[in-house]
Amino acid sequence: METLKKEKHEEKTSKSVKITGAEAVIRCLLEEGSELAYGYPGGAIMPVYDELYKYREKFHHVLTRHEQGAIHAAQGFARVSGKPGIVFATSGPGATNLVTGIADAQIDSTPLVCITGQVASHLLGSDAFQETDIIGISTPVTKWNYQITKASEIPEVFAKAFYIAKSGRPGPVLIDITKDAQFGELDFSYKKCEKIRSYRATPKFDLNKIKEAATIINAAKKPFIVWGQGVIIGSAEQEFKNFIEKTDIPSASTVLGLSALETNHPLNVGMVGMHGNYAPNVLTNSCDVLIAIGMRFDDRVTGNLQTYAKQAKVIHFEIDPAEVDKNVKTDVAVLGTVKETLVEIMQYVHKANHKEWMQEFDKLLQIEKDKVINDQLNPIKPGLTMGEVLGGINKETNGDAVIVSDVGQHQMFACRYADFIKTRSSVTSGGLGTMGFALPASIGAKMGVPNREVIAIIGDGGYQMTCNELGTILQTKAAVKIVVLNNSYLGMVRQWQELFFDKRYASTEMVSPDFVKLAQAYDIEAQRVSKREDLEAAIKTMVASKDAYFLEVVIEQEDNVFPMIPTGASVSDIRLS
Amino acid sequence: MEEIKNFTFSVYTENNVGILNRLSAIFLKRHINIESMTVSKSEIEHVHRFTFVVNISEVQARKVVGQLEKQIEVIGAFYHTEDEIIYHETALFKISTEYLYDENIQEKLKFRRAHIISITERYFVIEASGLKEDIDNMYEKLKPYKLLQFVRSGRIAITRPKMAISELLAEIN
Repeated sequence: METLKKEKHEEKTSKSVKITGAEAVIRCLLEEGSELAYGYPGGAIMPVYDELYKYREKFHHVLTRHEQGAIHAAQGFARVSGKPGIVFATSGPGATNLVTGIADAQIDSTPLVCITGQVASHLLGSDAFQETDIIGISTPVTKWNYQITKASEIPEVFAKAFYIAKSGRPGPVLIDITKDAQFGELDFSYKKCEKIRSYRATPKFDLNKIKEAATIINAAKKPFIVWGQGVIIGSAEQEFKNFIEKTDIPSASTVLGLSALETNHPLNVGMVGMHGNYAPNVLTNSCDVLIAIGMRFDDRVTGNLQTYAKQAKVIHFEIDPAEVDKNVKTDVAVLGTVKETLVEIMQYVHKANHKEWMQEFDKLLQIEKDKVINDQLNPIKPGLTMGEVLGGINKETNGDAVIVSDVGQHQMFACRYADFIKTRSSVTSGGLGTMGFALPASIGAKMGVPNREVIAIIGDGGYQMTCNELGTILQTKAAVKIVVLNNSYLGMVRQWQELFFDKRYASTEMVSPDFVKLAQAYDIEAQRVSKREDLEAAIKTMVASKDAYFLEVVIEQEDNVFPMIPTGASVSDIRLS
Repeated sequence: MEEIKNFTFSVYTENNVGILNRLSAIFLKRHINIESMTVSKSEIEHVHRFTFVVNISEVQARKVVGQLEKQIEVIGAFYHTEDEIIYHETALFKISTEYLYDENIQEKLKFRRAHIISITERYFVIEASGLKEDIDNMYEKLKPYKLLQFVRSGRIAITRPKMAISELLAEIN
């Protein structure tokens, strides 16, 4: 038996050979099944780039136009594929330009392995050219980080990094490698990491908690589910569907949970949160049992915590123990992966029928349709609405597209109105709210699922934060479809100024260049639509295009996103106008 | 409003570069001031122990422990109220030798955990240990003697209830 174990162990460890640290970096990535990275070269990472050149047949590197573009692309790739996104940057400014993306990935639980070059170890602390303490800077926003100063450390640190990035609640890790460690030699052999003694990737589930939860669910008259990205990250979409169908519980998504359940599923009652749907927000404060699945009760979801679901018993299915009771006090916390716990609970929950309760959602949905949705999808006012653009895209793609949205009004319209029929189809910056995310993220998403239609929905503000990445599209021929919803304002801020700052539009009016010409300068076919009668044909042309395509839609300037829960208000005080 | 009081955190970690930064960042992010901190070896070989003292509510303490626990290189984190621990601080006072034979100072040194640990021609050093209040008291008493230097350690604490750290490690290994 012992011998057998030993043989198995040796099989897993690749043969030992002497190579440079820089080559070891690429070999580690290949060992982990990664064949694609996004990045930007510079002095301190040049030895690695030299190896990227040598390995170019096996390993593909995408040169973005800015390190922020690289990391957002890697995030887009990771979100649609479930694999860790790989990023390379040099020391100093290269490394600091990654910080926004790292923070974004941390708060949205996106697995990333970021590799930065660092000045040679003898220069550390000397304020050498392009030296910065990226370990210190990135510590609060990484799941883990490590500085390598010896080539021999590379295989073990990379194995650990991949394990940490992917396991449990995923997140970004950063490995900083001094230049001498890249040049140095090591005996290379690789063994994947499966355990770290100080790290419990997933908590063991407690059968008693599952039984307790089941008892509460079985007794519920008005149960309500809010699910989050945990369902997607845990690949538990089918288990989730089985659970809600058996228990017949109306279910609403967070922004990041979108597409885990198809939009038209009879139990899908929409989205919760500040700009979510009317019914699930209002009825959060009427349900008798609130079941949270793979979500973290973000303040944009809960509104005022003092008045959030106080009447309900709260059950929380969660992988991260630190999230339990963080914002909302739970009655039963079911720790573990939702893929396991939702299977386990199936044998204890009864088949139920909540038809009458569901009708309450239908009634409120009708109110939302009458007061908000119909005006968005089929407007009679002259100006184009963001909602009708999304409606047009749904019609053309039948909901089978990856929608990558940026941050602002258009993002909320995309989340509210885009139809989804497949999981991992909504990519957006949820927790951090990073403007400029969508264009580079859509490039990464297209590379993650090359056979799917990828449509970026971006505002005129966010677009100009990272539109330099049109260069990356030009160079890689990534066939992303870019829709800029242009209302010549930083729309979300303008909406707040209108509602809460007496219409003092401080620095939200935005003058933009000719976006069509800009896209054309990058050899991307482009058109601008400002009339309703031209919209459908334009979307058709865009979706039919085999290459990248740019569509600017000129939108009614002072359109607002409703419903809306004003900051500090209760979810049930959501405003329809 | 929840009561704000002293909580002592015991955090068992791997002994790696950068952990202090990672842990202190958790307090910083929540705008919590660290009143005192001590790092040392622990009862387990190659495992280090951080002792933090902070003034917060119990709800905050519980959340902070959750975040501390979550760090990859943290093996276990616990928080304790004052009555759950036996704790001490140590202080050193450097005073000019001219006061050595001052009767008053001799009197003040009668405090049971204060003694002179070094005497030279120019100065002598008093070591005192005890609770925070004991050290504060001693400081007040010795202040009139023109302290040449004064330094005090962070709190070190042993818990009355058991901390299941060895079991945690055994489970993983």
